[in-house]
Amino acid sequence: MVRLAAGLRPHAGGAASVDVDVPAPVTIDAVLDALAECHPAVGRRIRDEAGALRPHVNVFVGPDNIRDLDDSGVPEGAEITVLPAVSGG
Amino acid sequence: MTEPGGIEASAGDVVVLVGTSKGLFTLAAGPARQGWELTGPWFPGEEIYSAVLDCRGGRNRLLVGATSSHWGPSVYRSDDLGASWVEPEPQTLAFPADTGVAVARVWQLQPAGDAQPDVVYAGVEPAALFRSDDGGESFRLNEGLWHHEHRSRWNPGGGGLCLHTVLPDPSGGPRLGIAVSAAGFYRTLDGDSWQAANVGIKAPFLPEPTPEFGQCVHKVDRHPSEPDTLFLQHHWGVYRSDDFGGRWEEVGADALPSTFGFPVVVDPNRPGTAYVVPLTSDMFRCTPDGRLRVYRTTDGGASWEALTDGLPQAGSFLSVLRDGFTADTLEPTGLYLGTRTGDVFASGDAGATWQELARHLPPVLCVKAAVLR
Repeated sequence: MVRLAAGLRPHAGGAASVDVDVPAPVTIDAVLDALAECHPAVGRRIRDEAGALRPHVNVFVGPDNIRDLDDSGVPEGAEITVLPAVSGG
Repeated sequence: MTEPGGIEASAGDVVVLVGTSKGLFTLAAGPARQGWELTGPWFPGEEIYSAVLDCRGGRNRLLVGATSSHWGPSVYRSDDLGASWVEPEPQTLAFPADTGVAVARVWQLQPAGDAQPDVVYAGVEPAALFRSDDGGESFRLNEGLWHHEHRSRWNPGGGGLCLHTVLPDPSGGPRLGIAVSAAGFYRTLDGDSWQAANVGIKAPFLPEPTPEFGQCVHKVDRHPSEPDTLFLQHHWGVYRSDDFGGRWEEVGADALPSTFGFPVVVDPNRPGTAYVVPLTSDMFRCTPDGRLRVYRTTDGGASWEALTDGLPQAGSFLSVLRDGFTADTLEPTGLYLGTRTGDVFASGDAGATWQELARHLPPVLCVKAAVLR
């Protein structure tokens, strides 16, 4: 499940979270690809068209920011959260 | 926060779009241009570098280039004066995957002439030109400019490597002019093959005084009835070309308090009349002597006069960005000017007198005016 920041929910039909179906082994890129497939306007707000994570967007696997992780793997059942960074705006 | 409904205006009314660093505001008034109503913000918190009210083709279409510092850029449109907005899906104002590049900001949304009512151009950062043939619903990259041999050597100005000016052929032909900071003016005669057109423009910030390209062109404008005559505000210097950029001549060097500035506006009713807003220098980008003065030439740049009636003339160290100044098409010409400190000033008599329409808005990034059809 991917939990969405309030600013993203209007672009996901109002949903606070989205379930994505990704075959194992699950990676964060695969999760974000699946999310973008379901909700393109959410996808492009998280990553630009070149695939880069937007600089003021944070994606967490459980409590961990993916920028701090060496491994892009997502443990089974882990919750993913997308939040705006405090640095933007 | 709740965004406003649509703009309260009808056919013949004047609508001024004020794009700021924190959202889009509008000012609307009847043809007499009195009793202005401020509405907004739409897209609160987002940078509005480009906006236009396109009144061609039997509709009044708002197009807005908004950038969220968190969620990135997007182009929105509204056919009901802002009561509802549509974000294209898919968003085609984006670079093709093989470029490996992403749009950072949309700096310009420029409708073509009346002969091409569905054509809209977009200038973006990093510098590239896109074209829409469906009124801004979808766009495609101009590959010729993107693959220009100079592009890898273009350097950004202070605002980024932006394509900020598009001059379509008013007759609907393929000829186009564009300007990039800090690459200069480029033109194409066939719509796809491009040539630098900066002969005569001095670049005091480069070792070579008049390079082929690399000029920091801040803005270019022209009158649709005389599309070969261009007025250009450079990083230093105001220039005119009478052959669509084939050669440029500096104008105003002895008459303006400074030749540094950002916007230049050609009067939509008088081809030889143009307006600039001098700033002190590139090291002090504020109005000289604490006075906001618009300078007007009515003879193609040979002479200039200061327009000050109604503009602050003491203790006013203001700055106006390249798209912070515009004109309407009514007679006498209406002029609209927004500052980085959130003031909007307007003139309903071609600059003879001015009034303040708004103050304390967020920093103004762009101002565009239209008369509703």
